[in-house]
Amino acid sequence: MRKFLHSVTLEEEKCKGCTNCIKRCPTQAIRVRDGKARIISERCIDCGECIRVCPHHAKRAVTDGLDMMERFQYTVALPAPTLYGQFNNLADIDFVLTGLLDIGFDDVFEVSRAAEIVSDASRHLIREGKLSTPIISSACPAMVRLIRVKFPGLCDKVLPLVAPMHLAAGMARAEAKEKTGLESDDIGVFFITPCPAKMTDVIQPIGPLRSHVDGVFSIAEIYPRLLEKMNKITSARPLAKSGIIGVSWANSGGEASALIREKYLAADGIENVIEVLEELEDDRLGGLDFIELNACHGGCVGGVLTVENPYVAKARIQQLRKYLPVSLNRLESISISSLKWKEALEYTGVMRLSDDVQTAMQMMSEITQLEERLPSLDCGSCGAPSCRALAEDIVTGHHARLNDCIFILRQEASVAGIEISTHLETNLEEESK
Amino acid sequence: MGAVKQRYEVPSDDFTRAGEASGKVKALLKQLGFNPDVIRRVSIAMYEAEINMVIHANGGHAEVTVSPDKIELLLQDTGPGIADIEQAMQEGYSTAPDDVRALGFGAGMGLPNIKKYTDDMHIESQLGVGTKIYMTVCAKSSMNPS
Repeated sequence: MRKFLHSVTLEEEKCKGCTNCIKRCPTQAIRVRDGKARIISERCIDCGECIRVCPHHAKRAVTDGLDMMERFQYTVALPAPTLYGQFNNLADIDFVLTGLLDIGFDDVFEVSRAAEIVSDASRHLIREGKLSTPIISSACPAMVRLIRVKFPGLCDKVLPLVAPMHLAAGMARAEAKEKTGLESDDIGVFFITPCPAKMTDVIQPIGPLRSHVDGVFSIAEIYPRLLEKMNKITSARPLAKSGIIGVSWANSGGEASALIREKYLAADGIENVIEVLEELEDDRLGGLDFIELNACHGGCVGGVLTVENPYVAKARIQQLRKYLPVSLNRLESISISSLKWKEALEYTGVMRLSDDVQTAMQMMSEITQLEERLPSLDCGSCGAPSCRALAEDIVTGHHARLNDCIFILRQEASVAGIEISTHLETNLEEESK
Repeated sequence: MGAVKQRYEVPSDDFTRAGEASGKVKALLKQLGFNPDVIRRVSIAMYEAEINMVIHANGGHAEVTVSPDKIELLLQDTGPGIADIEQAMQEGYSTAPDDVRALGFGAGMGLPNIKKYTDDMHIESQLGVGTKIYMTVCAKSSMNPS
């Protein structure tokens, strides 16, 4: 079974074993065991909801430390366009890019440039008519993982093109090699991320066989250093080379509107995305060419590693893109086939009870019977997100017992208590005779 | 003292190229060392006119004449023409299609903005023939108070 690597960790001392994260996880991937939250690795989609909701700040995203830059002779920053929306009173993207050079990167390659190329490739594929509509976006790694965990019928509708981050890394590395003559190992390419899902996509990519990104820095971590440098810039270098389309990818709807077609839907926020996918699965979403999905509210601007409110950042992106040319980057000499995924997206089957239908049906009836004995409160005290989940855990052999449920335990204790007192009464009666 | 003249083609078959010509003019003016406020006004005016040309007229061309004291722009197309210029000049009036509104276009502010940022503006249009927009931005004056 393939190992599933993730970018969410738990700081055990801070975890109180409460029910917030287990209830919030969209794939019911978390259980509380021995008073601490544990993530079921095959089910986690790296959406970051548990990080967002934990009141004790015990859940953290894992990203690389900035000192990783020191390992390389030549470093290139790949800023996600979300970064541009984090700054107040920013008149010109060049200030952000110049700031990145000032904090120590040797070069900058905007991910929004690669986004424009991916948009160009997407427009081509749609015009060619080879993909069956509606096509589902694949830039959000959490969404791709959500589909392969929960929506098997939709795996073949996902746009099979690499996300802009991967393309940008490949292009940045090639440019750096040509510019410096250095070996690939001496060049460090770093993505500046709004979320942990992108980190997972670097370590274990879906689509490309491996990623050209060497390290991932969170926007939250780089922000203070960057702001300090940006405040000192007297004249910004003219480094920005993307247009409306590339910059708009930071907002929900940006990727979809880049296709210059009307019939699209852009959904953001996990609960909304799940609703949309359910409808799509049931063929209730007709007449659409493209469906853009973002795990985070507002799009990438709502990523859990950003510093600004998503809607404030969204408004700033709208302002920054005004008067930019529509697009400054296109496929040109890059072939679409070089952007295509090397492997098709496959359903992981982790939600199936068993690979054998007969066995699964048997287990299902056991689960239903067990569920009837549980109080239907979904309180989470047993460590599972719902009574049904506990019943499933028991039947599928996942370290759960019926009296993990405190109501069952209370019943059992009360029955035991009655037995003991009946027993004592009987004994006393006998003795008094 | 001569003037610098440039001509830019605004392509007819690729919406994603909209705004490129204005970008080139902006770079040109920066190199020539014009005042940033002048550059900004020319860029915005030309951008709005260029986008109009792409959205409504399927492209055309732009002629830019740069003199030390003023920048003159002529954007010309062989598109459908404007039926009612006064109506087109109204803030909020737009005939832009839906697929470009998502990119932020179609608010109906293009022509009013051009008037606001230029010192002189003049439209000639004939239905079925095409449209010409003449714009002038003076290099020494501050923004037109009207």
